[in-house]
Amino acid sequence: MAKVRIPTPLRAFTEGAANIDVAGATVGEALVNLVDQHPELRDHLFNDDELRSFVNVFIGDEDIRFLQGLDTEIAADESLRIIPSIAGGRR
Amino acid sequence: MRVTLSRALQERIFEQMEATYPNEGGGFLLGQVDADLVTIVDIIQVENVFAVEEQHHRYAMTPQDWMRLEDEADERGLSLVGYYHSHPDSPAIPSEYDREHALPNFVYIITSVMMARADDMRAWLLRFDRGSFDGAALQIS
Repeated sequence: MAKVRIPTPLRAFTEGAANIDVAGATVGEALVNLVDQHPELRDHLFNDDELRSFVNVFIGDEDIRFLQGLDTEIAADESLRIIPSIAGGRR
Repeated sequence: MRVTLSRALQERIFEQMEATYPNEGGGFLLGQVDADLVTIVDIIQVENVFAVEEQHHRYAMTPQDWMRLEDEADERGLSLVGYYHSHPDSPAIPSEYDREHALPNFVYIITSVMMARADDMRAWLLRFDRGSFDGAALQIS
């Protein structure tokens, strides 16, 4: 199974686990499997069916937005990593 | 939720924010979480990568910054417990833009910098329903 590394603030929704095993042939399927296992993650990762704009998914050093997005195919032992984009501003 | 920060780290944040004024600055908060207490033990300044002409009201880091510092925190036996940034000539209150980009279980420290002087610092936590922030008790020790 592929693994997804969970960013620190969201580990409260995975019982503290940093890495979750997921099933799926694409990044999108893997993330759906992830939120099926841990439903509280859904609102913080997705806006409807789209990844939130500040949520990045990396395979190694590659951002899936520069691959095929959620349709990017993954190997059975792929390691994915969810990385939030930190941003703020006064208005 | 209570958040503790040493006077020395607060001074470092204030000095950084005054130096980046009139633009926004920021960085990560490293520390430990124990029940409802977040203890910040270090701060890591991170470059603002937003377009220069927008930095007077925007701050951003790269995903690579997150990866690098999350790994560093793990190696040090610490956690990324939050991030800090400044609001030049604006109150230390989260904006709608802050809320849209926020995560729960993460401390947001905002420093108000008025006329180049850091004069207020507040800590905030996003509600689980993402609707708004709650203020956290910030203790400077």
